[in-house]
Amino acid sequence: MRWMRSVAREVWGLFVEDGSFAAAIVVWLTVVLLGLPRVGWGTRWGGVGLFAGLALVLIENVLRYARKPRK
Amino acid sequence: MVELCMGGWTRTGTTVVAAFMASLVECVEALTVVLAVGSMRGWRSALAGAGAALAVLAAVVAVLGPELRRIPLHVVQLVVGTMVLLFGLRWLRKAILRAAGRIPLHDEAAAFAKNTAAMRSGAGRGAAALDRVAMAAAFNITMLEGTEVVFLVIAFGAGGTGLLLSASVGAVAALLVVVGLGLALHRPLARVPENTLKFAVGVLLSGFGTFWVGEGAGLAWPGGDAAIPMLVVAYLAIAALLVPMCRTDAVAVGG
Repeated sequence: MRWMRSVAREVWGLFVEDGSFAAAIVVWLTVVLLGLPRVGWGTRWGGVGLFAGLALVLIENVLRYARKPRK
Repeated sequence: MVELCMGGWTRTGTTVVAAFMASLVECVEALTVVLAVGSMRGWRSALAGAGAALAVLAAVVAVLGPELRRIPLHVVQLVVGTMVLLFGLRWLRKAILRAAGRIPLHDEAAAFAKNTAAMRSGAGRGAAALDRVAMAAAFNITMLEGTEVVFLVIAFGAGGTGLLLSASVGAVAALLVVVGLGLALHRPLARVPENTLKFAVGVLLSGFGTFWVGEGAGLAWPGGDAAIPMLVVAYLAIAALLVPMCRTDAVAVGG
């Protein structure tokens, strides 16, 4: 049972390390999936919009982490 | 016709390469512990534990892989694409911060020394029979790292017909390379540029994940399948720009 718990923890750790980073990605995906088709972006600029948001999430998170003072 | 072939190669080739590189990182981490166990408590038990875990993992791929075909492709792409994105962007973020010196690099030699010391206690017991502690340690690490490889293989394989085979070929090739080097060297592969590999795999996974989520959601991509290499290049450019920016920020905060 203990190794199953370890595997479960490892699998969770595959996707989530910084909670705010993972949450921001999921929020943006939800916005894109539910929002973009409604404003008519789904067909022409949907893919580009999806990438742009994810790139911004990555840039913001990495720069925010880099600005934190080291412990 | 040419476009079809290019599209097929883009997916198959990048799937094999991405699965190979991603699996290589995980195999190196597992090999470090299996080598520590084997050298301290006996090779028979270490190899039996690792072999048992590999058999379980192969069965998981054999069962789960074909099952994915029963689910509509766009649903698989959406769900697996989201998981690949979370995984890939996490690796890319970490690799950028490591390259910028904000997070310490992973040290296989230190991991080997730590595991060797842990295994030294009680070494020599059960030299003839199988050593349960050694077997369990080798099984656990192979299961843990192998679970990540299985996820990657299934994730890469979910992108389309025939890609599960391509991803499996990449993962098995990585396993063979690492086992071969491990047998030849009998010590951990400390010189593998792990962060460079994680950087490259993070970029590839982020590109694949973004594309699959878009495909699954029915969003349009300029150039169709050709958007995959374009996404990979775009993520690489962003990551390459972020590394020096993080170094500058670190100095500014430190100063």
